[in-house]
Amino acid sequence: MAHSVRRDAPELPDFSLLKRLARDQLIYLLEQLPGKKDLFIEADLMSPLDRIANVTTLKEHEVDKLYKVEHKSIVSTSDQLCFLIRPRIQTVKWICDVVNADKAVGKFRRYKVIFCPQKFYACETLLEEQGIIGDVTTDEWSFYLLPLDDDIISLELPEFFRDNFLEGDQRWVRTAGSALHLLHSLYGPFSKVYGIGRCSKMAYESWREQVKEGEQRVRQADIGNVFLIDRDVDLVTPLCSQVVYEGLVDDIFRIKCGCVEFGPDVTSSDKSMKVMLNSQDKVFNEIRNEHFSQVFGFLSQKARNLQTAYDKRSGMDIKQMKTFVSEELKGLKKEHRLLSLHIGASESMMKKKTKQDFQEMLKTEHSLLEGFEIRECISFIEEHINRQASMVESMRLLCLLSLTENGLLPKDYRSLKAQYLQSYGVDHLLTFSNLKQLGLLVEQQPGETLTVMESRVGKLVNDKTAGKLTDAFSSLAKKSNFRALSRRLNLVPKSDEEYDLRVPRDMAYIFSGAYIPLSCKLIEQVLERDGWTGLEEVTRMINGHEFAVTGSNGSDPRGRSDAQRIILVMFLGGCTYSEISALRFLGKEKGYKFVVVTTAITNSARVLESMLDNHA
Amino acid sequence: MAFITANWNPLGDAFYRQIELYDMGWSLRDGLKDCMVAAAPYGGPIVLLEWQSQRPSPSARPQLEIYSSSGVSMASFPWKSGPVRQLGWTVCDDLLAIQEDGTVLIYDLFGTFKRHFSMGNEVVQNQVLEAKVFHSPYGTGVAIVTGASRFTLAMNIDDLKLRRLPEVPGLQGAPSCWAVLTQDRQTKVLLANGADLYILDNTSCTPVTPPGLSPQACSIINMAVSFSYKYLALFTDSGHLWMGSTNLKDKLSEVETKVRSAPKQMVWSRRPKSQQPSVVLMWDRLLLVAGVCKETIQYTLDEECVCVAELDGVRIVGASRHEMLQEVPSACEDIFKIASMAPGALLLEAHKEYEKCSQKADEYLREIKEQSVLGEAVKQCVEAAGYEHEPETQKTLLRAASFGKCFLSNFPPEPFVSMCRDLRVLNSVRDYSVGIPLTHTQYKQMTVQVLIDRLVYRKLYPLAIEICRYLKTPEYQGVSRVLKHWACCKVQQKEEPDESIARAVSVKLGEAAGISYSEIAARAYECGRTELAIKLLEFEPRSGEQVPLLLKMKRSQLGLSKAIESGDTDLVYTVVTYLKNEMNRGDFFMTLRNQPVALSLYRQFCKHQEQETLKDLFNQDDDHHELGNFYVRASYKESKLEARLSLLQSAVDEYNKAKNEFAAKATEEEMKLLRFQRRLDEEKGEALLGLSLHDTLHALLSANYHKQAEQLYRDFRVPDKRYWWLKLTALAEKEDWDELEKFAKSKKSPIGYLPFVEVCVKRHNKYEAKKYVSKVTPEQKVKAHLAIGDLEGAAEAAIERRSEGEISTVLARCSPTTDRALLERLNRARSTAAKK
Repeated sequence: MAHSVRRDAPELPDFSLLKRLARDQLIYLLEQLPGKKDLFIEADLMSPLDRIANVTTLKEHEVDKLYKVEHKSIVSTSDQLCFLIRPRIQTVKWICDVVNADKAVGKFRRYKVIFCPQKFYACETLLEEQGIIGDVTTDEWSFYLLPLDDDIISLELPEFFRDNFLEGDQRWVRTAGSALHLLHSLYGPFSKVYGIGRCSKMAYESWREQVKEGEQRVRQADIGNVFLIDRDVDLVTPLCSQVVYEGLVDDIFRIKCGCVEFGPDVTSSDKSMKVMLNSQDKVFNEIRNEHFSQVFGFLSQKARNLQTAYDKRSGMDIKQMKTFVSEELKGLKKEHRLLSLHIGASESMMKKKTKQDFQEMLKTEHSLLEGFEIRECISFIEEHINRQASMVESMRLLCLLSLTENGLLPKDYRSLKAQYLQSYGVDHLLTFSNLKQLGLLVEQQPGETLTVMESRVGKLVNDKTAGKLTDAFSSLAKKSNFRALSRRLNLVPKSDEEYDLRVPRDMAYIFSGAYIPLSCKLIEQVLERDGWTGLEEVTRMINGHEFAVTGSNGSDPRGRSDAQRIILVMFLGGCTYSEISALRFLGKEKGYKFVVVTTAITNSARVLESMLDNHA
Repeated sequence: MAFITANWNPLGDAFYRQIELYDMGWSLRDGLKDCMVAAAPYGGPIVLLEWQSQRPSPSARPQLEIYSSSGVSMASFPWKSGPVRQLGWTVCDDLLAIQEDGTVLIYDLFGTFKRHFSMGNEVVQNQVLEAKVFHSPYGTGVAIVTGASRFTLAMNIDDLKLRRLPEVPGLQGAPSCWAVLTQDRQTKVLLANGADLYILDNTSCTPVTPPGLSPQACSIINMAVSFSYKYLALFTDSGHLWMGSTNLKDKLSEVETKVRSAPKQMVWSRRPKSQQPSVVLMWDRLLLVAGVCKETIQYTLDEECVCVAELDGVRIVGASRHEMLQEVPSACEDIFKIASMAPGALLLEAHKEYEKCSQKADEYLREIKEQSVLGEAVKQCVEAAGYEHEPETQKTLLRAASFGKCFLSNFPPEPFVSMCRDLRVLNSVRDYSVGIPLTHTQYKQMTVQVLIDRLVYRKLYPLAIEICRYLKTPEYQGVSRVLKHWACCKVQQKEEPDESIARAVSVKLGEAAGISYSEIAARAYECGRTELAIKLLEFEPRSGEQVPLLLKMKRSQLGLSKAIESGDTDLVYTVVTYLKNEMNRGDFFMTLRNQPVALSLYRQFCKHQEQETLKDLFNQDDDHHELGNFYVRASYKESKLEARLSLLQSAVDEYNKAKNEFAAKATEEEMKLLRFQRRLDEEKGEALLGLSLHDTLHALLSANYHKQAEQLYRDFRVPDKRYWWLKLTALAEKEDWDELEKFAKSKKSPIGYLPFVEVCVKRHNKYEAKKYVSKVTPEQKVKAHLAIGDLEGAAEAAIERRSEGEISTVLARCSPTTDRALLERLNRARSTAAKK
């Protein structure tokens, strides 16, 4: 990156340990069922599993055939079946069906169900109800954390967002607590924990409980501070179009578990190609955090450098050539291959994103964030819907409108909804119902101004019992005070100044200088103030549950200064690549290193798709 | 110190000694005569029951008495159950009373009845002739032989599995003697019938012959198995004592005792690393120690006694005295043997002189040092101290060891320190009031944990806690455990009120780590004190422990709140499932209604498992909106149109009830649309069913059903803009340019004419596009011109509008080589525009 690094950033701890632990446990579990066996893997566990143990490893431990769980009857001939699944009722039900089908035809097999990362009581009840609890053995593979990169760890639980924030189902909270506990025992003890959001608070409490139950080892901390944040504290950021390279790749090609599949249009060959996107990829590592407009420049510079490196050959004697071939050429070749891939990807993105409508969409987004020319924005959205442009995009703009404007006017709400239903089908009635419940798309209550609402929420929070009540339905009563927050925290830089994307001056660069993500701004502010003091008004508007706790090992508050500058940020409900880029930028500016732990990597499409209900 | 060896008796090359443990505290009327006695090993309790030889009259019930090893009474009660064949103790100090009818009663140390079990139905008829209680790695077992001469074994009374052993050929009544063996993880019975010896295991009865048994015997009349089940002793009617291994392969020795009557008791006396194991035989007045070396020691008994085999010797309990008979350990022998020159003995002597301030101390020390055996000497003294019973002797030995240690530079301190600690603990439990005469060897074998358990079982809580603290036992295993037992005992005190017990418990247990209040509460609940249990549960920090007990006590509401507080959804779910089964539906739903967390959890479950219940839930809550959603969702799973429509109608009704007009109307329209689509599908064979309104319109327009499209447009009040967009794209897609032109002219376009230009360009028809450029509003003119690639026109329009921004847009599209004139014009115009 072009800007200078203020302080030498501390080294990140080695997270590959997490992978090793997970692998060893899995192998142990597989060996609990000796002999050849077929392994059925839940579809969305396939990629994470691939990062932990490849097929060869599985085969070494007598896994015969691998199948994906497809909720259909099975064709396996093995007399031992092992199921590696998420603790979901549907999947367990399917297993019951499989077992019962075997029973019906008098086939005897051994079954083992491994729940990842933990089993829920409901799953066991189901096994019991279906009368097969005696036929299967169950186990837990406590694989909570998958390191996607040096500084990204994912729980790979995309359903966390919907389950927790929409359905009010808190069963994953304990999982998050356990994940935190694992990190704490391996890389802790943490000396300071900050957090905001109801779920964060609960995850924190669950973790503390687990710390209390287990024994404490005294060790040198690798990670000093922790920040927990709920996704519903900031729903605006994930709904914005991403324009930083990594985010853009995710928006367009969808990065799955740190791996992306580039289609033929990118690879400029006739087949598509899977590419791992992480810091190992030298080319990608340099451009991942760059604003898209800068990427081409970087890539062409890179291409020239590469050419020079190749050109060195011309003046070489035999000996030099030999070392060149043995040492450098392989690296260059690899870099070459990667470079051409990323250039291909950029071109493909360029085609899509430099089009007129994309530019206009960005303009609309920026206007919404600024609260400027709202009527024009509404007609733009209307046209977008009327022309039946992308269903998710339309919804995204609607939600952004509602979030930034604190709800839609009743007239607009109805008419936009009606038009939306006409365009995309009436089944989205359910989607709207979900969006309303989550507070993503709501109607302004007539005659209710912001201040009235604020004071009412304030009163409720004071009254403890009422506070509990609102807690439960906090999402229902949730009002986005985006405009006020934005003023308070200076989220939208003044638009009259030219924003130089080559030399970003703040985190707003990830949205072309139009908006500093609220989530990252909160983190910055809290770290700066070492707590929430001075942010009372902000937390009230976000609907609170903020906390800042100094760790129990207060004896050594400063600890290793390096560890103090490593900050673990845990997003409950997912975070976007743009936010990660913003945090990386913040880290460079302030001499921190951020480790992002998230329940899943998300983006606008994933957030909104999780709200759809017509497939259920 | 010469007197130490006063009660030593040589046996072969070893010595045997008697140690006086206690003067018994009991006062027995007839001594141990006419009593059934059972004493537990490891210094356990002693139980006495008067023989019921004469038919007992119901008024004169025999008295059952339990004493500690020192004869302190622990319990005494009249025996009201049936005639007892055998008494015994379990490994955890419970009393077993095996009755004639095969019922085994279990009492605790204080004579409280715990439970009973039966040794099988067969026994009821045939009666128990003889019974034995034995200990094995599996726990405490019971073996009986019935009137039908059949053996039955229970390996572990806590996990009762009865095994009836095969028949023994030719056996009538009880065998002349028998014993239970545990070998190779198998329990067997060894029995003698006359001169024949059999081994009985699960499946077979095998006759065996001990090697080298003297032939003049015609009957084996007693046998004894060693504490470790490794050695066997057989006593024959010829007065011969055969000693060998239990596998009957090796013979150790055979001793001629010259007594031909059967001994009352016969036990092995061995110790670990024994040099001269022996068998102790007891007759009425005579106690005979027969060593492997064929020598014997004889003691006369002046009272009725009972022998108790121990790991390292034999305890002899009499009416007035309690003694321990054992082989003198080699460390003690080396030190105390008269004129011993062993290093330990010299060190002890040296220390003695030192105390007397005599310079001889130095001589002795020098002698030891010259042989460089000082380390050895210290070790010997420490070891010997462990074997001594008298605290004075222990102290003397330890002082000597400590003295010797001063002259050693790198002697590890641990053995000395831990021996001091162990002895302190041992002396305190050997105290008369406690009465557990453990030897050091036994103590090590038994472990501190078990010792603490035994103390706790005897309700000696303060002593147990003292020991834990003194030994620095981790709290979990030590103090906390004792406190927990104390609390469990405390809650059973019926006379104290709940309040004060709860307070007392919390005060005592307050700061102890790892206390499980739920266990204590469970105990309170078992005693029928539910209120106390709830109070105690309040102290339990782990909800996972609280909740199950609350449910058990039928405090499900409280359990539910606790579960929710814990944030552990599995726990909440446990309670929910429990409630679902326990309550009727209405109450169940009402309960959930007050607990949103539980409700949403249950809803999630129902969504996947019980759709109908979900509906009931919404119904109960009068949540018409959710019900509406429910029907809509259901309608999508329905493939038949009629069913789908009726579901949608239900949804409409619900939405109306919820006063959600918007949703009701939208659903109604959907129904209307579905019907319309079906009609068309039937008439025209289009596949429209299920498409959105927009898609339907598009399909209609593409298929040239303009009239039907028009009708939809009117019926559904489709906004003009949308309709124009739709028609525009549909026509352009078909490249129906005439129709498009007609459409454009039909009336003023609500979406302007730029889209017309754009669709034409998209279809690469610049010619058509040009037709619409003129119609475009002035604001969009530039864009329109640019769209068809008409730079001139665009420039014209931009200059006309004097808009700096638009001029720049056009400029950006001009190339400096071909459009030089245009460039200049534009630049000029821009500068004038800028001036303004």
